[in-house]
Amino acid sequence: MGFAAPFLWSLIVYLLLTAGSGNVIAWSPGELVAGIVIAAIIGYATKDVMDEKLGYFFNPKRWLLFIVYAIGPFFFAMAKANLDVAYRVITGKIRPGIVKISPDLTRDESRTLLANSITLTPGTFTLEIDDEGNFYVHWINVPPGKERPTPEELCGYLPKWARRIAE
Amino acid sequence: MIEWLIGTFLVIGVFFNLLASIGILRFPDVYTRIHAATKCTTFGTIFIVLATVTYSIYNYYWVAKNPAWVTIGIHSALVVIFLVLTNPVGAHALGRAARKSGIRPYGAVIDELEGRL
Repeated sequence: MGFAAPFLWSLIVYLLLTAGSGNVIAWSPGELVAGIVIAAIIGYATKDVMDEKLGYFFNPKRWLLFIVYAIGPFFFAMAKANLDVAYRVITGKIRPGIVKISPDLTRDESRTLLANSITLTPGTFTLEIDDEGNFYVHWINVPPGKERPTPEELCGYLPKWARRIAE
Repeated sequence: MIEWLIGTFLVIGVFFNLLASIGILRFPDVYTRIHAATKCTTFGTIFIVLATVTYSIYNYYWVAKNPAWVTIGIHSALVVIFLVLTNPVGAHALGRAARKSGIRPYGAVIDELEGRL
């Protein structure tokens, strides 16, 4: 079962990259064969890493939530992050520190999603995740008295979304 | 009209990429520089690619029904997806390697990673 998810993923990406190359729907026969062969090689090579069920990865509800998240809350947080960095670049007001949060996520997928979201949103970037799922986050402006923040104090609604999409 | 829209996207994108460069020069240590380098370049490049996608959609529907425009649009959109997926991962790797080789964050008020890596 670890074979199917990376196989389908690689095939979809390959087909997107070569769309418009011929007449079988939008692809030339050679590209289709090459895509299937390359996707099979990738799927075989990563079958032990991607130990995942198809029903998890290709669940439409997750994808819908993920797209809503990427366009709405995530993009908004990212815009805010950039204005924040702009402010700090111009004024030079920083109070950095490495803080620890425990968002209680169990799956690798949700941890990856949250770590990437934290990195791209206001004033924070993830350095390390340990085995218990604690995040070590470099915070560019630690407010006084918040040296041991809760996940909500550090990154707002992001952990809630990560749990909703990928748990 | 469409030129103005594309021009706006390009201005926003170039502005944030410029900001990232200034941040790299101005911030004091590797961690704060990574902040500038990841956030601003990702956001800026999204807008530059948005300009490309707008241009290709416009050309496909109103200038010439040439499938090459669709190809350009899809490829540009894929650039954004891979950038958003890989840029933070690169930042994690750089930051973790820096901390592991013993660089202490500049002026840190707290350092939970001390002695852990």
